Amino acid sequence: MIDAEPLRFGVPDAPARPGEMADFSYLDVPDAGSVRRPEIDTPPADMRDLAYTMMRVLDDDGAAVGPWSPEIDVAKLHEGLRAMVLTRSYDDRMTTAQRQGKTSFYMRCTGEEAFAVGHALELAPRDMFFPTYRQQGWLIAKRWPLVEMMCQVFSNEKDRLHGRQMPIMYSARDFGFFSISGNLGTQYVQAVGWAMASAIKGDTAIASGVVGEGATAEADFHHALTFATTYQAPVILNIVNNQWAISSFQGIAGGSRSTFASRAIGYGIPALRVDGNDYLGVIAATRWAAARARSNNGPTVIEWVTYRATAHSSSDDPSRYRPADEWKAWPLGDPIERLKQHLIVRGEWSEEQHSQLVADCDAEVMSAAKEAEACGTLLDGRVASARSIFEDVFKDMPEHLQRQRAQMEAEQ
Amino acid sequence: MTAMPMNVAIRSAIDVMLERDPDVVVFGEDVGYFGGVFRATEGLQVKYGTSRVFDTPIAEGGIIGAAVGMGAYGLRPIVEIQFADYVYPGLDQLISEAARLRYRSSAEFTAPLTVRMPCGGGIHGGQTHSQSPESLFTHVCGLTTVLPSNPYDAKGLLIASIEDDDPVIFLEPKRIYNGPFDGHYDNPVVPWSSHPLGDVPDGYYKVELGQAAIRREGDDVTVLAYGTMVHVAEAAANETGVDAEIIDLRTLLPLDTNTIETSVRKTGRCVIVHEATRTSGFGAELSATVQELCFYQLEAPIERVTGWDTPYPHAQEWDYFPGPARVGAALKRVMAAT
Repeated sequence: MIDAEPLRFGVPDAPARPGEMADFSYLDVPDAGSVRRPEIDTPPADMRDLAYTMMRVLDDDGAAVGPWSPEIDVAKLHEGLRAMVLTRSYDDRMTTAQRQGKTSFYMRCTGEEAFAVGHALELAPRDMFFPTYRQQGWLIAKRWPLVEMMCQVFSNEKDRLHGRQMPIMYSARDFGFFSISGNLGTQYVQAVGWAMASAIKGDTAIASGVVGEGATAEADFHHALTFATTYQAPVILNIVNNQWAISSFQGIAGGSRSTFASRAIGYGIPALRVDGNDYLGVIAATRWAAARARSNNGPTVIEWVTYRATAHSSSDDPSRYRPADEWKAWPLGDPIERLKQHLIVRGEWSEEQHSQLVADCDAEVMSAAKEAEACGTLLDGRVASARSIFEDVFKDMPEHLQRQRAQMEAEQ
Repeated sequence: MTAMPMNVAIRSAIDVMLERDPDVVVFGEDVGYFGGVFRATEGLQVKYGTSRVFDTPIAEGGIIGAAVGMGAYGLRPIVEIQFADYVYPGLDQLISEAARLRYRSSAEFTAPLTVRMPCGGGIHGGQTHSQSPESLFTHVCGLTTVLPSNPYDAKGLLIASIEDDDPVIFLEPKRIYNGPFDGHYDNPVVPWSSHPLGDVPDGYYKVELGQAAIRREGDDVTVLAYGTMVHVAEAAANETGVDAEIIDLRTLLPLDTNTIETSVRKTGRCVIVHEATRTSGFGAELSATVQELCFYQLEAPIERVTGWDTPYPHAQEWDYFPGPARVGAALKRVMAAT
């Protein structure tokens, strides 16, 4: 026997659970404007510090400060604000529809709107986004019709995916939005593959992949970073750290030991860690990473520090695993409120205008919902035909599927 | 026409497609500079450049995942998994992604990739270089699974697989890369140059997917086989004198049930031969199909001759391998049944 104390097994626990005070003391929040902005061709080894801090542009008063403060037209900020507000209206309406039984399932992105919206408005039309299930803000910012989105959620007659996919698993190639998978992380290395293809063909389009902090534990994350660095793929690899993977706090993915952004360092990939609820920070970091990718400076990893303000999905009850008021205590606030405040400080917005915007967005969503519901919801069974389930398994339907379809129709 | 071993016929197919289609790219472990551990891509990087033919990190999930992304972009990737035994880390990208992408996106995105992998034993590869995992793939809707038995078919089927707009699993029985092995491991190696199907056209041609070939016509019993086992079955038929009709399935999915049904209705007997383990192997699917289509014509129970339900052993390779003696015994049993 070795004379030593017994080994201890450690399972990290969340800083606060239901009934306890919310505790975000684990999160260091640097002052806005305090993080340096390197040139895009800076060697990765010379900017490792950026993976351990948090880049922020908007200060507590709503002013845009520091070297990352982006040059951006007020009209573009209004557009971003509108897309975020519309996204929240859309989420509200779809949540209600789920409770009414019009769809089986829904996933909100409340509190995380800034990343998807800002990213969408900053990237180019031919760039391809490989999202997770919580980036509906991209589609709304790109102005994919709300009716199209809702018809997919309702699995109705106009659902372009013919009821094959769970609600919210959109696909919109023409809007640069890759088909959503329910398997976590798979799209990350696919984004790298898409970017490699673009480089192989001498194209100018870049790719952007998304993974949650929880799914960084999947092998696909490692594959993506390995392939991205090996081939210097023109890709942005986003980690949306919303603190919670269903009930598992970010420490269960190793987040208590180092930042998620820092994982890029071992691969020789530059990493930014950004206040994900800071719309101007999203614009600035996306612009920097996109410029790197587009100028053959290779991939960038960006950790977006944000918070999942609502349940993981309509099937989840977060009151069972985290304090009910945690969202209110979240140090980085609400991305919509912060951009609104910024515009007000600049004299480009007012509370009255904002109330009007919210009312307009609610009305737009209501109108779209009416139109989508007229094409059916889960309540009335107006879904794609049963025979359509045999289509698109292969480009041309093989004989065995033709036989099975005939059998289904004969026996129904 | 040129006499080609099967690995050279496969290389010729890839060469033809790299030449014809600028969207074809080839990658995998050791396939670029070195030309692949079985030489299937030798010389292609020099000929087409590192943007078309390149080495990858050792990450099957990464290789297949990147190929899915490239396919979504519009390329037509051919990837090599060094041994079929190594494909398992890539199964999520194959099963959940490549095979389902057309369906889940209503054809907005597709995955026109060809995943090549050497399979099967007989080379002293032990349990990690000898497996035949074809039934894992035939069980996945959205995948086409191909397994050739000779150089002519290998080239024509591979070209058809590359041109297919959906993912194709292309399994290459590595024991017959160099010659038509009939299971008599003590005999000298027979080269493909002595076999009519070792004569391969130099240019472009296709062997259509989903069509079986009758390798030996016969009246007494139908043998369903593929890959190396086609040659083993031929040896068994010749050595037992049983007038077997040997069907080389070539494509396992979609399966050519018409050729199978016609033959079994004629012979009334069926022996299924594969190298993979028995339980839930592709033979189970074949057996079920034959009884569904031909139950009233059967004059004997359907026999399966397969690898045992054990890992592929190293030192006892020939006790595991379903050789001509075991196939011959099955042929005699079904002929003895009344």
